[in-house]
Amino acid sequence: MKQSAVQQSNRRAYPRSSAGDGGGVAAPADGSVFKSPGVIFWPAFHVLCCLVSAAAGFRFSRLLFLLLFSPLAPSSSSSSFPRQHLRLPLVRQQPATALPSLLPPPAVLPPPPPPNSKSLASSRVVVGRHGIRVRPWPHPDPAEVARAHEILARVQQEQRLQYGVKDPRPILVVTPTYARTFQALHLTGLLHSLMLVPHPLTWLVVEAGGLSNETSAILSSSLVPVLQLPFREQMPVVWSDRHRLEARMRLYALRVIRERRLDGIVLFADDSNVHTMELFDEIQKVEWMGAVSVGILAHSAAPETPSRKQQREGDKENSHLPIQGPACNSSGHLIGWHTFNSLPYAKKAAIFVGEGVIVLPSKLEWSGFVINSRLLWKEAEGKPNWVRDLDDVGINGEEIESPLDLLKDATLVEPLGNCGKKVMLWWLRAEARYDSKFPTRWVIDPRLEIIVPAKRTPWPEAPPDLMFQQMADDEEHTREHVSKKSKSSRSKNSYRKKKKREANVNTQVSDLSIADVK
Amino acid sequence: MEKGIWGFTILIVCSLASRTEGLGMDQNRQILGFRGNAGDALDDDPVGRLKVFVYELPSKYNVDLVKRDPRCLTHMFAAEIFMHRFLLSSPVRTLDSEEADWFYVPVYPTCDLTKDGLPLPFRSPRMMRSAIQLIASEWPHWNKTEGADHFFVVPHDFGACFHYQEETAVERGILPLLRRATLVQTFGQKNHVCLKEGSIVIPPYASPQRMHAHLLPPDIPRSIFIYFRGLLHDGMNDPEGCYYARGARASLWLNFKNNPIFDISTEHPSTYYEDMQRSIFCLCPLGWAPWSPRLVEAVVFGCIPVVIADDIVLPFADTIPWTDIAVFVAEKDIVRLDTILTSMPTEIILRKQRLLANPLIKLAVSFPQPSRPGDAFHQILNGLARKLPHGSSVYLQPGQKVLNWTAGSVEDTYPWEK
Repeated sequence: MKQSAVQQSNRRAYPRSSAGDGGGVAAPADGSVFKSPGVIFWPAFHVLCCLVSAAAGFRFSRLLFLLLFSPLAPSSSSSSFPRQHLRLPLVRQQPATALPSLLPPPAVLPPPPPPNSKSLASSRVVVGRHGIRVRPWPHPDPAEVARAHEILARVQQEQRLQYGVKDPRPILVVTPTYARTFQALHLTGLLHSLMLVPHPLTWLVVEAGGLSNETSAILSSSLVPVLQLPFREQMPVVWSDRHRLEARMRLYALRVIRERRLDGIVLFADDSNVHTMELFDEIQKVEWMGAVSVGILAHSAAPETPSRKQQREGDKENSHLPIQGPACNSSGHLIGWHTFNSLPYAKKAAIFVGEGVIVLPSKLEWSGFVINSRLLWKEAEGKPNWVRDLDDVGINGEEIESPLDLLKDATLVEPLGNCGKKVMLWWLRAEARYDSKFPTRWVIDPRLEIIVPAKRTPWPEAPPDLMFQQMADDEEHTREHVSKKSKSSRSKNSYRKKKKREANVNTQVSDLSIADVK
Repeated sequence: MEKGIWGFTILIVCSLASRTEGLGMDQNRQILGFRGNAGDALDDDPVGRLKVFVYELPSKYNVDLVKRDPRCLTHMFAAEIFMHRFLLSSPVRTLDSEEADWFYVPVYPTCDLTKDGLPLPFRSPRMMRSAIQLIASEWPHWNKTEGADHFFVVPHDFGACFHYQEETAVERGILPLLRRATLVQTFGQKNHVCLKEGSIVIPPYASPQRMHAHLLPPDIPRSIFIYFRGLLHDGMNDPEGCYYARGARASLWLNFKNNPIFDISTEHPSTYYEDMQRSIFCLCPLGWAPWSPRLVEAVVFGCIPVVIADDIVLPFADTIPWTDIAVFVAEKDIVRLDTILTSMPTEIILRKQRLLANPLIKLAVSFPQPSRPGDAFHQILNGLARKLPHGSSVYLQPGQKVLNWTAGSVEDTYPWEK
């Protein structure tokens, strides 16, 4: 392609004997023609004019025509040069040649060729010089751009229909969650991912500690149908206990699916995980139970510590992202599992939620498995016998670590995603300290309208009743001054200031008391 | 009388109803084939319908040129070489010249490249002349018809006019010696000197291996609306900008360079083929000549070609339903190109894409090696087969001479040194 494009660009680079007038015959005049002096005269004149043009730096023939022929009616000159066709510009042409374009076209200096009877009369297309059409407003029309996007969306939908998943089965997404500082961050991300999925979806959100307003507020903007399931126990603060509780919460959701005989493919989506859209297409291929590869982002929440730097140097050989998932042999059969090697991190792992060190995943994360919901039903057509009945699972204190415990025979799990080679979701845990506070539903109520000036600002100490007026007048100044300092210092200062002024300040200044902030 | 009128109206209503119902069903059905006979001719099999005799010319006319410069095998004019190779091993070839319907003269006039890889057409007429003199003297078949049952592959810019510049090509006209032969060429424009009546217009060569190496799965969503990569101003040969492409490409740039739905530039990206597969429309404006391999690439990659070349004759126009597949925009309408393309009904766009997805069409515009039934080689043979049996004007009386061997420019009569 490069070659052909370059070819096109250079293709007539070679025998251009005339520097100026284009359109002239460019065949090299090999073999001198000694016919008559008249025939020699014109080429010689041509050469002379070319040399003059080259010397002057522009095609002086245009100037000549301007001076000589402009009073003439254009029709007479154009009739004698029928080969050159001029389209008068609609608006403008190339700016450099604006002047000559208004003239009758300059002939090539050899005598004008006879009216070309060879170019057939019925041809609409004329060879020669053409104008470049530019419309008066060469800018995009927003309505047309919107229409183009509609067309793109429709074409992509058609592509999905033709080449994508046919007859998609509904997906049942199971998410254990609880109200905490980072919940809004994670749950909103997951919510938007699920809203993009083109297949029918039901979202089962199991919430530890019962239903809360926080979760309901986030889920209220969901366009996918949500089933909120309260779970009575509170989420523990130790990571290992938390993993166990999450497993029980997921099992609870599976029981709900079994009771209500919900149909579809069960996907375990933890609220802090990141999913690609290809995952939702890939899981449609599962028959009974499938496994996908999960990328483990264990280092995600940890700040850069010297020990971590050393560790990084230490595992330079294993600098690849650790992945949990099915392992296959060369013929594509499942032979084992890639799990997370937690030995290097054993001493440095987080114990409490929100510690600033890495969080370790369990051996095999739940999110790497998908289950056909019919596997969970009491009776289903074609249900295989290598699955344990759900009622027998988890009783008598049995710990379910991964969905493999739901099976009698773990070798019959189907590896998905090109036998685990394609990573379509990532596991990560990023949490604030378990005792961190955040505003209810992330609404700061009442709003931060009043900016109490900090001690360092040049505002004079003003009596309380004049404070508003002054601030209303100098609002712009205040903003400018405030923005110079860092936000934290301002808030700190204003908080301190407020504490000091609590006695002096009017009740009009609303107190952002800590009690209101959760 | 009244009953007659009633009966008549009932008849009319019924016929109308059945017709509209038929139309409705037509539209609802997934149209993967073509309406009419045009599409059926694509899988005609030429084997058995014609016999081609391949002249054995000295290798200086063909093979040696390729040995000297192997770039001839990959540029857009390579059809002449691959057609020769195809015919040598094809079942339509006959070694007995008496029973042949068509005669093929294997010369490679375009395989004379400059340092940059551009074909020089100045010696091509001489080479043709030399080859024809040879076959006229050694075999009797040329003189029987003065070439009317011979065919030549001339894939150069303006076909057998043998020049890259249109005005000069038009002046020269088709080489006089080829005026009776059938020309298989890539150039096609209505009412143009360089397109003879009865010529077969073929697609330019685009390497099928290279195209297949860049093939993406069809579920990659098409996210570019309009795509074009190529020269927009030929600064070297046309500094003003009023000659190249009849101002069409410059007009495209000036009108749409800021338009977000147009992705046009002169860059040479390495993902050119992949980008075409992610586009809905691929612009195919004329350049110095109206044809380009861009059309073939667009068809193979499922991108709807937007042909901007007035009066162009597209390859295999009698078998490939170009009006159903491509969009034609007149050069004077370039300024409204965005309006034209965005106001196309979505159903028509989807229909064109469905038709383009037909593997028969993709095969018909490509030159795969080894050859496959239905590819461009076979379409050329089909075209030749459709011209059989030869009319009475083809055969001349013994001694009758129609062609003027001294016509044309003097330089063409000089001997071809090689």
